[in-house]
Amino acid sequence: MMRNPKDLTRYDAQERANHWLVGICFILLALSGLAFFHPAFFPLTQLFGGGVWARILHPFIGVVMTLAFVVMFFRFKSLNVMTPADKEWLSRVGEMIDGDDHNMPEQGKYNGGQKMMFWIMSLCVLLLFVSGIFLWRAYFSLPVDVVRLGAVVHAAVAAFMIGMTMVHIYAALWVRGTVRAMVYGTVTRAWAKQHHRAWYRQVTGKS
Amino acid sequence: MALQSLDIARRSATTTPAPGVRQTTEVAKLIDVSTCIGCKACQAACMEWNDIRDEVGICSGVYDNPADLTAKSWTVMRFAEVEEKGKLEWLIRKDGCMHCADPGCLKACPAPGAIIQYANGIVDFHQENCIGCGYCITGCPFNIPRISQEDNKAYKCSLCSDRVAVGQAPACAKACPTGAIQFGSKEQMKDYAAKRIVDLKSRGYEKAGLYDPAGVGGTHVMYVLHHADRPELYKGLPNDPSISPLVSLWKGFAKPLASVAMAAVALGSLFHFVMKGPNEVSKELEDELEKEDAK
Repeated sequence: MMRNPKDLTRYDAQERANHWLVGICFILLALSGLAFFHPAFFPLTQLFGGGVWARILHPFIGVVMTLAFVVMFFRFKSLNVMTPADKEWLSRVGEMIDGDDHNMPEQGKYNGGQKMMFWIMSLCVLLLFVSGIFLWRAYFSLPVDVVRLGAVVHAAVAAFMIGMTMVHIYAALWVRGTVRAMVYGTVTRAWAKQHHRAWYRQVTGKS
Repeated sequence: MALQSLDIARRSATTTPAPGVRQTTEVAKLIDVSTCIGCKACQAACMEWNDIRDEVGICSGVYDNPADLTAKSWTVMRFAEVEEKGKLEWLIRKDGCMHCADPGCLKACPAPGAIIQYANGIVDFHQENCIGCGYCITGCPFNIPRISQEDNKAYKCSLCSDRVAVGQAPACAKACPTGAIQFGSKEQMKDYAAKRIVDLKSRGYEKAGLYDPAGVGGTHVMYVLHHADRPELYKGLPNDPSISPLVSLWKGFAKPLASVAMAAVALGSLFHFVMKGPNEVSKELEDELEKEDAK
């Protein structure tokens, strides 16, 4: 596909690399973590060289993801502050999901849903990191009640975050022309005007 | 090998029935704390039969030696000095796996076949399937399993499952010089305990009783205690042990619920796509921008 020089840059190379580092880590963590959660998923440990290797690798991948996520958090934090327009958008998200986004309120670089996703994911990573430390017996030894609580929190938050990630991925696939923003950094002007009109006006100076 | 066996009651991280065509008698080890003299012959017999030698430690100032269970010490004598009715009592309890009927370790274990419960009640670790995560420690109400620092596998008392399988008593029971460790069918052991309790009561221990806690479905290692109303006197033997509700939530209810929820999100997304179609950029907007470019 030829790219139009008039396309708008949405993510620079560093932002994209940062996002995909988090994304790859998350997929590896979800696959290995599910294996320890339910026997039905245990065969996924074969992707990591067996159960023992999955157990060894999972926490280290978790540390890499947390570090990469913290960098991403500070990159995008200021762009994700909730505004009244976001709340208005969120209250009418049903129309959007129903497939009719023409009357949705004008949005900046991120809409209310994306901002919600940003804060939910940030909270999830924080909880997973802390509870994950509780479970990392190779290096940490905590009282058994703390470990038990950590196990419940880790499993519940992880399952929730896997669900949220599926929503995140689906939203990107569903809204056509979105995935390319995270793959080669640009979006078409029409895409920007339709989905993020305030951002479109801000970067193009047009109405 | 567990899978060659025909009498498995439960297998960790396995959702289908284990091979269990053969039914065997439920066995139990009875530890009569009131006749234990603390000689540690059971500890020596355990390391000898199982062929494990712990590091030689240091004396910590009390008789407990080693001070705690380890991956290489599957049983330890715990010595408690308590004062009852103005008299010193030296309560000596042989600690080790209780072989619960409802084992928290097995419930928590994520590795298929790493923990096996035989029909005779023995809960056995199969280290070749162990991944070293330590969830068994998280699940155990008695703080028994230990992860080896050398191979990262979990170890604990096997109730000499290899000996029991060929009709022998566990090594500790065989070695005990006072008969404080008895081994037989669970029913026999209960009968034996009842006689001991009658005897203890006649000697002034009104609260003597059997420790076979119902919270874990009963155990296949039971104690005769002089003070059965206060098991915590015996170096913290839990009063009413059960699998922690957090562990039950984590490895019970949450497992199917979360799996179904995740599948629902994935399927929901797919059906949303096929029913509502993609959210395309409107042709009007694209044409409008093209016209602007042409100007």
